[in-house]
Amino acid sequence: MAKILDGQRYKCSLAAMQSVQAIPGAIPVLHSGPGCAAKLSDTIGSSGHYSPNIFPCTSLNEKDVVFGGTRKLRTTIENAMKVLDADLYIVLTGCIPEIVGDDSVSVVDEFREAGKPVILAETAGFRGNSYTGYEQVLDAITDQYLEPAPEGEREKGLVNIFADVPYQDLFWLGNYEQLAKLVSLLGLTPNVIFGYEGGTDRVRDIPKAEFNLLVSPWVGIEPMERMEKRLGIPFLHWPNLPVGAFETSKFLRALGEYAGVPSDKVESVIADQEGYYYYLIERYADLFLETRVMAKQFTVSADAQYSLALTKFLVNDLSLNPATQFVVDDTPKKYRESVAAEFSNLNHGIKAPVEFETDSWKISQAIRAHDYHGYPLVLGSYWEKEVTEEMYGHYLNISWPVQDKVVMDESYVGYQGGIKVIEDIYSVAVQRWN
Amino acid sequence: MSIDLNSSNVATRENRIGSITGYFGSLQDLSEQSECGTLRGCSRCFSQSSSCLSMCALGQLANIRDVAIIHHGPSGCSAVSAMVYWQDKVMAKKRGVTTNTVYVGTDVNERDTIFGSAEQLRKIILETYERHHPKAIFVASSCTTGITGEDIDAVVEEVRPEIDVPIAAVHCEGFKSRIWATGFDISDHAVLSEIVEPPKQKRNTINFKNFYESARPEIVEMFHEFDLDPVFLYCNSSVEELRHLSEAQATTCICGTLGNYLGNGLEEKYGVPYIRTVNPLGITGFETWLREIGRVTNRSDKIEAYIARERKKYIPQIEEIKKELKGLRAVIGMGPGYTFEVSRVLDELGIQVVWALAWHYDKKYENGDVPPSMKYLLDKGIDYGASVSDQQNYEVMNILHRYQPDLYLSRHPGSTVWAIKNGTPAVYVADEYMIFGYKHTLEFANAVLDAIHNRSFEENLAAHVKLPYTDWWYQQNIDYFMQQGKEKKKNG
Repeated sequence: MAKILDGQRYKCSLAAMQSVQAIPGAIPVLHSGPGCAAKLSDTIGSSGHYSPNIFPCTSLNEKDVVFGGTRKLRTTIENAMKVLDADLYIVLTGCIPEIVGDDSVSVVDEFREAGKPVILAETAGFRGNSYTGYEQVLDAITDQYLEPAPEGEREKGLVNIFADVPYQDLFWLGNYEQLAKLVSLLGLTPNVIFGYEGGTDRVRDIPKAEFNLLVSPWVGIEPMERMEKRLGIPFLHWPNLPVGAFETSKFLRALGEYAGVPSDKVESVIADQEGYYYYLIERYADLFLETRVMAKQFTVSADAQYSLALTKFLVNDLSLNPATQFVVDDTPKKYRESVAAEFSNLNHGIKAPVEFETDSWKISQAIRAHDYHGYPLVLGSYWEKEVTEEMYGHYLNISWPVQDKVVMDESYVGYQGGIKVIEDIYSVAVQRWN
Repeated sequence: MSIDLNSSNVATRENRIGSITGYFGSLQDLSEQSECGTLRGCSRCFSQSSSCLSMCALGQLANIRDVAIIHHGPSGCSAVSAMVYWQDKVMAKKRGVTTNTVYVGTDVNERDTIFGSAEQLRKIILETYERHHPKAIFVASSCTTGITGEDIDAVVEEVRPEIDVPIAAVHCEGFKSRIWATGFDISDHAVLSEIVEPPKQKRNTINFKNFYESARPEIVEMFHEFDLDPVFLYCNSSVEELRHLSEAQATTCICGTLGNYLGNGLEEKYGVPYIRTVNPLGITGFETWLREIGRVTNRSDKIEAYIARERKKYIPQIEEIKKELKGLRAVIGMGPGYTFEVSRVLDELGIQVVWALAWHYDKKYENGDVPPSMKYLLDKGIDYGASVSDQQNYEVMNILHRYQPDLYLSRHPGSTVWAIKNGTPAVYVADEYMIFGYKHTLEFANAVLDAIHNRSFEENLAAHVKLPYTDWWYQQNIDYFMQQGKEKKKNG
């Protein structure tokens, strides 16, 4: 049912175009109004090999609303294949064709023998949001592009990694790169479809993997289950991005155990990584302890992925205490309990109060009303900037919408990611004396 | 065509003034066909994504201070709300004012498309009003709510008695028009029909329709010299200012596409003269525009004195820099409110336009005349390759590849990067005042020189990227995918 988005936190399902954009070699073909891509694109690394203003688009008009747009879809796909070099064309439908009842499935089917793969995801904006749109792209790939690997072609130690939703998550590129590095440290072979190392070749490698690694509280669970069912790939579900030493070491142990990596190998990797991490932390510990301006309480207002990851990091690594944490991604009801449980899975029996809330106005009201025992630390979207400034707090824009930060390949994942979070927070804190 | 303020619905540019988005040929041919009424737009059997008229409509309205936009549609439709919020805040801060404008979405989902969402919309309007106490409310439709037949007019009428500020239904379904500039008309229509009041007294103001008022201080200073107060619209406008638009001496604009509807509407309804000259870009443009303002507001003496003084200061400098620009070849791609204006300035500066793209083309303005910028070029006998293309990047790339100009000038986000990937230096003429008056014409000339002098970035990038377009496409004619265009040629 329609609800107020007063400070909105996600885009519609058609934002799936950004997940496609993140796979080199794949191009979205939009069966939608002319301006959907312009609205869904952000200026966060969008002018890549394909950019939203060159995505083929049926640019539906009033006539198409009345008479249907399947003819246009056919010519658009046909001509997209002539004009634009791509290895995989992913047709994404917007609101108009799905309401007027275009049979897009049949049109896409006509291209089965076209020489290059054309697949379809029905991502009308009203079906869901950026998170579910991303899942639909993964499902379309599983169902229409991949086949189970033949007997004997599975590669031991090959791990498909799924974590952030590209472009919706500010740090997606760096995070995937860091997760791949962590997987490599254990002697496993990472397979990531998104980003510079990704691409349609990596997509075609998916069925060969020994298992999928899903690093995310809820986004991606269904696509993983689908891959398990259709491609026979089991998955390890790790419910939060590992940020900082405590969570990353925990993550590596779990991954090592699941993949059958000898524990002495895992422990030696951890000792090595923690050695450097604590070398840095020790040198800067005085800064954390002796900054006059920051209260010990914080709030994260972000999607489940970041809210959980940063809460765990700030509690388990830095001894900060959680005020209410906000999860803003419209988490489906069936996952809320398990996501909420993770907010209680913290050191020293600490339980972070958590609210699932998509209304930023209410979030700002709640932050304003809370006593942080000093100047608060708020990690959130651009919508939390105003309230945090009002309270003389410390603010970092880490969640969509982002207007305050340029991130190219920075990452918050792993040991290095934890250090980066600290650098970002204290780069704000050091601008003040008291 | 007269403007009907009794209906909340605005006819599209295509229907109202015969605007088109597809044409391929030359400037002279385009104008001849417009004048004799044979110009018909082409459609394309292939297109790349472009823009949505609701971004123009609601972007404009959301620049007004302390109002609420309620965009009734799925969350993608209102996805630009954060950008708008940020822009409002930074623009207000720069001007030294505050704004609490909000842009709210309604997250329409699948269930709403079946069972309707009018009741939810009503609640959201009241909730927004309660939370933010806006000084005006604009309730906008989307493709989804438009097709499923949500009656936003009825909802607006239902809540009107409960709300003591102006409230308008804004019909901006993205499929309505290929011309996103129709969105400007839609925003003007909402302002004209729900906010502007009949004049009570004449004021010494001049309505100045622009985008983001970057040259505001100097324009205020200039108009003060003529004993006029410019009221900039809509960025940082207050609702109170808008109420009094009918009391101005005249209306003018920095871009004809942007200001046309409001200017004509105020003239038609309240007799406020609309300045219909070429725009104040470049030397001729600036002087022609100023003189017309002088004539309409009886201030010719003051204006002639200003022109004489400023000419002395700037013209020698512009003449000097022209020597360095002479012979450069440029391709330009902009909205028609700029393409034909910037062509004139490039001609003044001695830069040759080898091809010009207009994102759409208005055959005639609301008053029935050929756009003045076009008329000027024709009268001077200027001609070049021209096409009308709603930001179809593949056509731009084909043109750049074919003509290999020294320079590409464009005005829309995401467009210049493609030129530089082609190795062509590009100047992003985004700020509407970038070529305003003598001072900025000189600055613009310098910006062009700077772009030409150091091409390192362009060369480095072009050497390291592979373009996504196929060789096949570069070998085709630019109008390959235009449908009626080819038929016409065959027949004729």
